[in-house]
Amino acid sequence: MIKRSFFKSRTLPYLLIFPQVAVTLTFFYWPAFQGIIQSFLLSDPFGRRSQFVWFYNYVELFTDPLYLKSILTTFIFSIAVAFVSISLGLFIAAMANRAIRAKAVTRTLLIWPYAVAPAISGIMWLFLLHPSYGIVALGIKNWLGIDWNPVLYGRDAMAMIVMASAWKQVSYNFVFFMAGMQAVPKSLIEAAAIDGAGPFKRFWFISFPLLSPTFFFLTVMNIIYSFFETFGIIHTVTQGGPGGSTNILVYKVYQDGFVGLNLGSSAAQSVILMSLIIVITFLQFKFVEKKVQYGG
Amino acid sequence: MVEKTPLLDFLTYAFLILGIFIVGFPIIYSLIATTLTLDEVSRVPMPFIPGDQFMVNMKEAWTRGDLGTQILNSFVMASGITVGKIAVSMIGAFSIVYFDYRFRVVAFASVFCTLMLPVEVRILPTYEMAANILSPIQTMWDLLQLDRLATWVSGHEISVNLNFSLLDSYAGLILPLVASATCTFLFRQFFLTVPEELCEAAKMDGASPMMFFRKILFPLSKTNIAALVVIEFVYGYNQYLWPLLITTNPKMTTAVIGLQNLIPQADDLPEWNIALCGVILVMLPPVLVVLFMQRWFVKGLIEKEK
Repeated sequence: MIKRSFFKSRTLPYLLIFPQVAVTLTFFYWPAFQGIIQSFLLSDPFGRRSQFVWFYNYVELFTDPLYLKSILTTFIFSIAVAFVSISLGLFIAAMANRAIRAKAVTRTLLIWPYAVAPAISGIMWLFLLHPSYGIVALGIKNWLGIDWNPVLYGRDAMAMIVMASAWKQVSYNFVFFMAGMQAVPKSLIEAAAIDGAGPFKRFWFISFPLLSPTFFFLTVMNIIYSFFETFGIIHTVTQGGPGGSTNILVYKVYQDGFVGLNLGSSAAQSVILMSLIIVITFLQFKFVEKKVQYGG
Repeated sequence: MVEKTPLLDFLTYAFLILGIFIVGFPIIYSLIATTLTLDEVSRVPMPFIPGDQFMVNMKEAWTRGDLGTQILNSFVMASGITVGKIAVSMIGAFSIVYFDYRFRVVAFASVFCTLMLPVEVRILPTYEMAANILSPIQTMWDLLQLDRLATWVSGHEISVNLNFSLLDSYAGLILPLVASATCTFLFRQFFLTVPEELCEAAKMDGASPMMFFRKILFPLSKTNIAALVVIEFVYGYNQYLWPLLITTNPKMTTAVIGLQNLIPQADDLPEWNIALCGVILVMLPPVLVVLFMQRWFVKGLIEKEK
């Protein structure tokens, strides 16, 4: 789309768009292109000699039990993070929306974890869940009777990174649910109240259905978050361990490429992630255009 | 609300306070830990009454982690990304919305597609690119066999090796993160809502395009800019993967990455009091920005994802 009244200039528009295009070409398209080429090559660790091998890297990946395990790990992780953070965010937003007093204070108290870097959230939870010093770990051991040790058990390590990742994301979800709830027309709620619907019914039959676009949008955003942005948490907290039980796809690209210097395989993994994010983006846009509405 | 429900109201507030407590607990607990001695912090469970070691621990964390340098680096990086992103995408959107030229749609589409290429999916090649920013030119040069051409033309043996590295530099930390599809998109949407009459009037008064941009569009965009400043500052400050890759010199590393060195490992003294001091200090700048610019932050967050 363009304005009805626009300027005419031969050079100016090109000059204005140049920085943007220059950065995207050098740091987005060229590397992506290189990555795709690299994924068809088999190189020695120093990248000196390489050989064209068609889909060898991809075939290797999908027959590698470690890679398949990493896919499964990523799905479990992202679904758990999305579930925990969305349900907590929704619950707190529903409470905050009912509370008449202290709305501003509530928002202030709930919003700040968004500004905490994932890696930092990871360090705090590492302390809280430390097998010998952590207070939350102590609670788990004493009250739930679980032999908690994220250094040894994959299950515990997974629970730890889920907690660290979900905690940070609660405030993000809270902000969107809050905005969504305030956009629910008052007249609808009042009409339902006159018809004798109690607070729970009003929430369940009016607010909740109207929030469904927000709900879907947040699910997508939380899954993208746990796929890509949680790298810092994995790197500080578990480094993919123990025994690869928290080695999510993005972390594996880094490990195989930078630590293991398996260039072809790492590039192929990058390409797979790229196609994944393309699918997610398309789904999101298709959906956003049709349904999502934000008021205010 | 509509009816009187004293019990439910009580429960609402109770659960709300519980929720706030759960969200706030990691930080409260960390803050208590920063005031304790090593002996107290490694007791199980750790005492809940704050001690008096706060300043001592803070000083220790500050010097041991070299936090002054690293927080400064984070600050430079975050500000660079914020200013760069907003400037680049604003003039880009201006070009796309207010001019008609041949590659307009292509330019917009190419910027837009970067949405699908976050750093995380192109780790290695982007790193290689930053290690030698001139490598595309080198590739072209080699592909066209210009070495031979140059040798033939000049009669001497000539071979060209172009190398310019962005590793361990502010430019390397900032530049690759400056392109932003979402910001460009946001400004484009906003410019499209600006009344046509403003541009017509400006043209009639003989204002040049840049004059129109400076005097009319920029002031109109102020609230959008404020909202984006908060979001992008937090985004830039909290970057992890990219700075981890391209900085090897501890003097150039950012605070979020540097913190790793303060975490007690298995056979170290469990000096969590010091580590958590570092945590508090490093998280402070973006948290303060979000808290003090809360209104802009919420606006930015919701607008950006539209």
